[in-house]
Amino acid sequence: MSDEGHTGHNEISRRDFIKVTTGIVGGVIGVVVGLPAIAYLLDPAFKSGAKEAWIPIGKFADMQVGKPYAFSFTRVQVNGWERTSTSHGGFVIRKSDNPTDMVIFNSRCTHLGCTVNWRADAQAFICPCHDGKFGMDGKVLGGPPPRPLDQYTDFRVTQDGVLEIYYKES
Amino acid sequence: MWKKVYEWLDERLGLNDLYKNLLDRPEPKGNWWNTLGSAALFLFILQGVTGIFLTVYYTPSPDHAYDSINYIMNGVAFGWLIRGIHHWGATLMVVVVFIHMLRVFVTASFKYPRELTWLIGIGLFLLTLGMGFTGYLLPWNQQSYWATTVGTQIAGSVPFIGDFILKALRGGPDLSALTLQRFFSAHIWMLPAALAGLIGVHLYLIIKHGESNFPSKED
Repeated sequence: MSDEGHTGHNEISRRDFIKVTTGIVGGVIGVVVGLPAIAYLLDPAFKSGAKEAWIPIGKFADMQVGKPYAFSFTRVQVNGWERTSTSHGGFVIRKSDNPTDMVIFNSRCTHLGCTVNWRADAQAFICPCHDGKFGMDGKVLGGPPPRPLDQYTDFRVTQDGVLEIYYKES
Repeated sequence: MWKKVYEWLDERLGLNDLYKNLLDRPEPKGNWWNTLGSAALFLFILQGVTGIFLTVYYTPSPDHAYDSINYIMNGVAFGWLIRGIHHWGATLMVVVVFIHMLRVFVTASFKYPRELTWLIGIGLFLLTLGMGFTGYLLPWNQQSYWATTVGTQIAGSVPFIGDFILKALRGGPDLSALTLQRFFSAHIWMLPAALAGLIGVHLYLIIKHGESNFPSKED
């Protein structure tokens, strides 16, 4: 409109000014809203899913040498607004009076995930689903399980005499 | 190089023609009141984009609606921003659409040959209010629950068919999971689809007829 008056030089026309301003403002809005939007969308991928904790499983004094001690605990997982609780269980087997000489098995059968039970008459862990059989050392004695029972390898006895295992969600 | 790419595209897509016919239209006289329609369109797109993003985490069920919004506000990165834009954008959109309508009324832009543009605009205004009404329930908090109770009750006070309208809106005699679900469906599918379609016709008519001159003293 009025830019005919000032001939030449570095003046930009009103039209170009509007174009550039629109571009800049649009770009700023795009970045200010766009980048957070991407972060918003990908947020779950940035969160660490693994949760770990020391979990008390029973009084150490109650666990007798050579006799499997059954325990169970529940973990609550929070996914967004949803809470799911899962049960876990296992057996403590003290091999001698030495308080660190023990193995702690996860009672989840390594075949398809059923819970094994200790059968004193058979001196074995029997899985009710497909008759998987594990010895007191966790080794497979029979049935379909592909590998020995999983173990909780990190454990400690607190000053109050409570046995705790280190649990890590995978 | 870019010029070549652009020319290749322009030859096939007709970008220059599009620009000339759609965006480079003559304006009667520069006036900020004439920008309200574009502002409303921008808000519609903004609401659409933020709304789509909100559905990533929102759950339209009585068990989870409130918790999922709580999670958006406190648990997700920039969830507060996305929901905040959607929340305030909704209010702003109603305001802008209404002022746009007032402007058209005051400048008598609804007259021949733009009667249909005006009528469709009324439809767009009502749909915008519908978006506000259905969206208000979705947080499923006390305020939205009772606002919808009252709102549907008012619709139910129509003589003879009021009870039917109330049940159709609520999906039954009471405010329930069905109400939340159908409000959600209306809010994200039906009303936006109707809005987008009518906006298309509205824009076509504006491009076809051009913008009206402001009335002069003789008019």
